[in-house]
Amino acid sequence: MPALLEVENLRKVYRAPGGKRGAHELVAVDLLSFQVQAGGSVAIVGESGSGKTTTARLIAGLESPTSGVIRVDGEARKPLPWPRGERAQLARQVQMVYQDPFTSLDPSQTIQACLDEVLRCHFTQDRKERGSRISELLGQCGLDDRHRHRRPRSLSGGERQRAAIARALAAGPQVLILDEAVSALDVSIQAQILNLLASLRDALGLTYVFISHDLGVVRQVSDECIVMHRGAAVESGVTENIFSAPRAAYTRQLLDAIPRPGWAPKRRAADPASL
Amino acid sequence: MALTARLPPAPALLRAEEPRVKADMIAVAAGCVCVALLIVAIFAPLLAPFRPDTINAAAINQGPSAAHLLGTDSLGRDILSRALYGARLSLLGPALVTVLSTTLGTALAIAGTWVGGAFDRVAARFMDILFAFPGLLFAVLAVVAFGAGLVAPVLALSVAYTPYIARVIRAAAVHERQLPYLETCQILGYSSWRTAGYHLLRNVRLLIVAQATLAFGYSLLDLAGLSFIGLGVQPPAAEWGLMVSEGDSSLLNGYPYESLAAGAAIVITVVAFNVLGERLTAQSLSRQ
Amino acid sequence: MNTPAPSRPDGTAPEPPLLDLGGLRVELKIGGLWRTVVQGVSLSLEAAQAVGIVGESGSGKSVTVRSIARLLPRGARVGGEVRFGGEPIWAMSRARLRRFRARDLGIVYQDPRAHVNEMHTIGDFLAEGIRDQPAGERRERSIAALQMTGIHDADRRLMQYPHQLSGGLLQRVMIAAAILPGPRLLLADEPTTALDVTTQSEVMAILGEQRHARRLAMVFITHDLDLAAAVTDTIAVMYAGTIVETGPSATMHERARHPYTAGLLAARPQPTRVASLYTIPGRPIAAYESGPGCVFASRCAYAQPRCLEARPTPRQLGDHLVSCHRAEELQGALHQALERA
Repeated sequence: MPALLEVENLRKVYRAPGGKRGAHELVAVDLLSFQVQAGGSVAIVGESGSGKTTTARLIAGLESPTSGVIRVDGEARKPLPWPRGERAQLARQVQMVYQDPFTSLDPSQTIQACLDEVLRCHFTQDRKERGSRISELLGQCGLDDRHRHRRPRSLSGGERQRAAIARALAAGPQVLILDEAVSALDVSIQAQILNLLASLRDALGLTYVFISHDLGVVRQVSDECIVMHRGAAVESGVTENIFSAPRAAYTRQLLDAIPRPGWAPKRRAADPASL
Repeated sequence: MALTARLPPAPALLRAEEPRVKADMIAVAAGCVCVALLIVAIFAPLLAPFRPDTINAAAINQGPSAAHLLGTDSLGRDILSRALYGARLSLLGPALVTVLSTTLGTALAIAGTWVGGAFDRVAARFMDILFAFPGLLFAVLAVVAFGAGLVAPVLALSVAYTPYIARVIRAAAVHERQLPYLETCQILGYSSWRTAGYHLLRNVRLLIVAQATLAFGYSLLDLAGLSFIGLGVQPPAAEWGLMVSEGDSSLLNGYPYESLAAGAAIVITVVAFNVLGERLTAQSLSRQ
Repeated sequence: MNTPAPSRPDGTAPEPPLLDLGGLRVELKIGGLWRTVVQGVSLSLEAAQAVGIVGESGSGKSVTVRSIARLLPRGARVGGEVRFGGEPIWAMSRARLRRFRARDLGIVYQDPRAHVNEMHTIGDFLAEGIRDQPAGERRERSIAALQMTGIHDADRRLMQYPHQLSGGLLQRVMIAAAILPGPRLLLADEPTTALDVTTQSEVMAILGEQRHARRLAMVFITHDLDLAAAVTDTIAVMYAGTIVETGPSATMHERARHPYTAGLLAARPQPTRVASLYTIPGRPIAAYESGPGCVFASRCAYAQPRCLEARPTPRQLGDHLVSCHRAEELQGALHQALERA
């Protein structure tokens, strides 16, 4: 069965303006390839500078790759700006939930207006149909009528993130990218949102691309996992296998650094380049 | 799992209350004055005891009395009526300048921020050139080229004020531009028009209103000044700047009422609009 | 932990603890209204000890630590006792307060870039903290401090500006700067939250070494219970402006006595296994949102009517200090739940 999301030899190079050619070049993503089946969930793990956020932005179409292909449902993804006729269709392929719930919603819009706008732009429904669809989306994300007419500033962090998820779902995407979507939440709220994401995947058959630096979170939400370091994938495979029997040295280093009962912090081997 | 033994009903998820926005009493007072001035301008015929151009040779240069609350000018016309009717022309010019410069300035700021690149650079250089011309000088040149009245100065001042407004709006737009919610609009497939023209614009609208009220006050001063030197509105029209100028001979003879009344009207209006504009600017910046 | 130290054999009064908070209460003006954000926090710390304050948003942990340094917004209302070596901090004169902050206290914040002047070199930044030392020595001591935090090319770094350093490197510089004047107490407010996990491990290892070498006491704020357990001796769990449980770090993950602590432990996602995470319903509240009874009652799975009426007082239960009406009865249930978690 062909994969829903295919990334092939993805490469992104940033060049600093001016100077000699190649003098100031940053390879953010270096020949990354992976596939995700429909309904699957892949996590991209890494620390800062690993290229995981750049990968997410490339899949979403916010930036264009220097080389390589991204395919959803067999069709190659286009970078922004999208041609007018294809906007709705491209939006229905991939949507994204951001890390910071405070700045990822339009502060001047109520949740109702926000969701209504998505529906109006992508579907032909009358007002009543949109209203009931909004109720359905809110219910799926654990919100209710009390939240509908509020603006983001009078919602808590967890509620805002639920609204952001509802907005992403309103477009009816096949693939949902979650860019550190729970990192900015309190522990008890994080658990609620992770459970919500798991149940949404079961109920709606969504495919997830989960970007995170938190290995505990990655373990909960993903079937497969790619560990990235300085733009390249150092290890990939079934999440459970990577965690129980990591092969790459960097993966072992990451797992060793996670605080847990009985753990003590350690200095890593001197690596001046990483300072 | 034992911890879920007996779950109480989930408490209200919402915060206790919406965050309260404290009413700024000074801004409210200034706003009331502005509204009152607009009412005066619109309803002048109903409020004024006399017509502004009724000459009464028998009542020249009289001080305040029961019949003439603010006295009469050198042609026997009632000063209060002229001041009230004067609000119309005195406020119309600034209103036009405000609307034109705010529209143009906002459009350039948002388009420049959104489109970026060469367009933004060219627009910025164009604004820099405009900054070099004092508004009043521009207006005088326009009058010299196209004749006195209201039209030429209004157009000239609109062009001269545009860069000031554009600069402030652009700074706010640049700040908003980097926030993720605008990127999300793009991922949702919204057109640039919708993203920049609706979402971005809505989030700087308070600042736009604030800048517009400031422009109103400044343009009123500039236009009154032009009328004072005879390059703006021409006699026998009732207009505050003109009245200040016409009253100067009476002033020298010891009858300051015309100049004083018109001058006071200008000061009150400019202060009210400026205070309102500054308060709104401060509020919009503190919301960021 | 709050039991008074025993008298010395010669009958003289015991030495006061290095840091002593007694019934700390803080009210801040939020949105035009006075709101209580910390309600009755009691804590004491001896030299070279480390306590971890663990809590979520609104728990009041940052405000508590800022009251130790007297870094609250102007006009904040503070009640209760805050003592350093027996001396009340809030009664200090300005001169004494300045000496206290310069010599006895070191602070490390979460975001190093927000707390450093971008216009000054690293060298100037470090030297500023030890201005009272002779000029020749300042440079040497700065270099030594940087080397101790694992920065090898220290003399090159002294000439650099903050924007030229990565986040992890800059946080090490902050730690060096905080420790350089030789303080007796270190306040660390989520110092590693913004860092990569490998950098976090290294930074905490360095901090631990320095603490042991200099007998430095530490108050460590974090939302990560496991991290706190690894780097501190005692953990105090805060919720809604009050401490709900205090206990030894090493065994907290197995022997939590308060339902909130147990809930937090069960809610954290583990790299070792997949499970539907336990969720505490609702959201964390601040002190001014809590009612007359137990602060956690509205979200507690074990709440009874008396929990909503009367606030529990902290009680000793084994080696833990717990604020829960039902602490004794729930011991078994919580223990079982944590085993399964």
